[in-house]
Amino acid sequence: MTDAAALSVAGLGISFSGRQILKDVEFQVAPGEFCALIGPNGSGKTTLLKAIVGLVTPDSGRIAVDADGSGGTSVGYVPQKISLDAHIPLRARDVVMLGLDGARLGVPLPSRARDARVEEMLQAVGAGDFADRRIGHLSGGQQQRILVAHALVRRPRLLLLDEPLANLDVRSVAEIVALLRRLSLQYQTAILLSAHDMNPLLPVMDRIVYLANCCAVSGKADEVVRTEVLSRLYGYHVDVVRVHGRVVVIAAHEPEEIRAALARDPVHTAEIP
Amino acid sequence: MFASFMANAWIVATMVAIVAGIVGFFVVLRRAAFAAHVLPLGAFPGAAAASVLGGNELLGIVAFSALGVLGISQLQRWERREVATALWLAVALALGTLFLSMTRRYSQGVYALLFGEVFGIRSALIAPVAVLGAIAITATLVLFRPLLLDSLSPELGEAAGTGRGRIELAFLGVLALCTATALPVVGALMVFSLLVGPASAARFLSDRPLVALTLSVVLSLATVWSAIALSYLSNWPVGFFVGVLGGVCYATGRLRQRGGPVPAH
Repeated sequence: MTDAAALSVAGLGISFSGRQILKDVEFQVAPGEFCALIGPNGSGKTTLLKAIVGLVTPDSGRIAVDADGSGGTSVGYVPQKISLDAHIPLRARDVVMLGLDGARLGVPLPSRARDARVEEMLQAVGAGDFADRRIGHLSGGQQQRILVAHALVRRPRLLLLDEPLANLDVRSVAEIVALLRRLSLQYQTAILLSAHDMNPLLPVMDRIVYLANCCAVSGKADEVVRTEVLSRLYGYHVDVVRVHGRVVVIAAHEPEEIRAALARDPVHTAEIP
Repeated sequence: MFASFMANAWIVATMVAIVAGIVGFFVVLRRAAFAAHVLPLGAFPGAAAASVLGGNELLGIVAFSALGVLGISQLQRWERREVATALWLAVALALGTLFLSMTRRYSQGVYALLFGEVFGIRSALIAPVAVLGAIAITATLVLFRPLLLDSLSPELGEAAGTGRGRIELAFLGVLALCTATALPVVGALMVFSLLVGPASAARFLSDRPLVALTLSVVLSLATVWSAIALSYLSNWPVGFFVGVLGGVCYATGRLRQRGGPVPAH
């Protein structure tokens, strides 16, 4: 797998103004693999994805993305929480088209080959029905499909998605997860998807990368999501609880943290019964 | 209204309308309306400086537009976008006040620079306005797709490698060129209405970017031509009609919006 990995991250360290975000992060994603990037808020998921895209420069380590030989970027990226202007004069179809040639200079000229590629991608993400509607008028789930098509239309070997399931209703979550699994098999695209809740992804993930305490562990979900493995990662005891096929990681020592914070703040302590 | 002394007015105003329609489209899409207000207003002290030094007015405007671009983009590294923009306006207006205090024969000129002087356009202005306008249009069309992608989402633009800082700097440059083109004609206050009014209406009328851009130019031309004609007939200022018709454009666009009102979600 070492040579053929779609993504290989080794010894990655990133810090912002002296604060360590990631430390010695190491994992690999094989071609076509569906990989979930899980971790609590502030664990560095977004920073890790941005580093892979090249938007954040690491202090140390190596990130190798399997090049597709075309010379172009082989990473597709769907950023977190994009807020789209409701009035922007772009159809869903135009957004996918910009995924293909958005960085090129000049006004787009008519091209049948390009239109066919865009149309195929729209069909692949199940957006045929709303391809000609204004992007700002679509629902959150529909917009997410279009953003996936925007990222995939250049056929990257690796697709990164930052919290694509946040702010979606339960049904849209299920549809997007199923769609991504199908697309990764259809196009042999490796997927690295960040989420704070792993449960919707358990039926589809081949691998999990769990981030906490600046570090990462990766492997099969049932190897990683275990009390002793995650306790070692967090650096204190956490509980992994399984309820009706769902997994809950109880890593919070929030009650203690909040009591400690209150104790440091005498004004508020006085008001708490 | 079509007498020979009016020819310059029609020619230059037409060029300005085309430039403003194209650049204004991205002003609205990129939420840069405040910069579109500040760059022209911050460029007028350049004309005042030129008057004090006895230099070329258009050159003064170009110089201060360029200073505005550099000043705003440098301040943006440390400050939020609108704070950076406002800080530049404060500095520019301070300089403008100083320059104006040094010259007495300028009060009429100030009025023209703020509110425009369409009927007094000299033939000598046609060539420079045409050149500056052509550069602004070419630059906007060359950057069309990166600007569109960055307007859709700066994150997506950055991921595609368009470079957020470079795009912003390039766009401010285009806006400065448009300012220099339009300021001597429609005035610093009216550049702004021409940049925002037609473009804000055009995005309601089509959901295809190139069609919306074309409509923005068409509405801009209609605004400027109607304003000149109405001003000629009524003797009311051109600026009044440019501003009012800009508002009319927006209202019409809003009412004729394609696909009905935006659904809440």
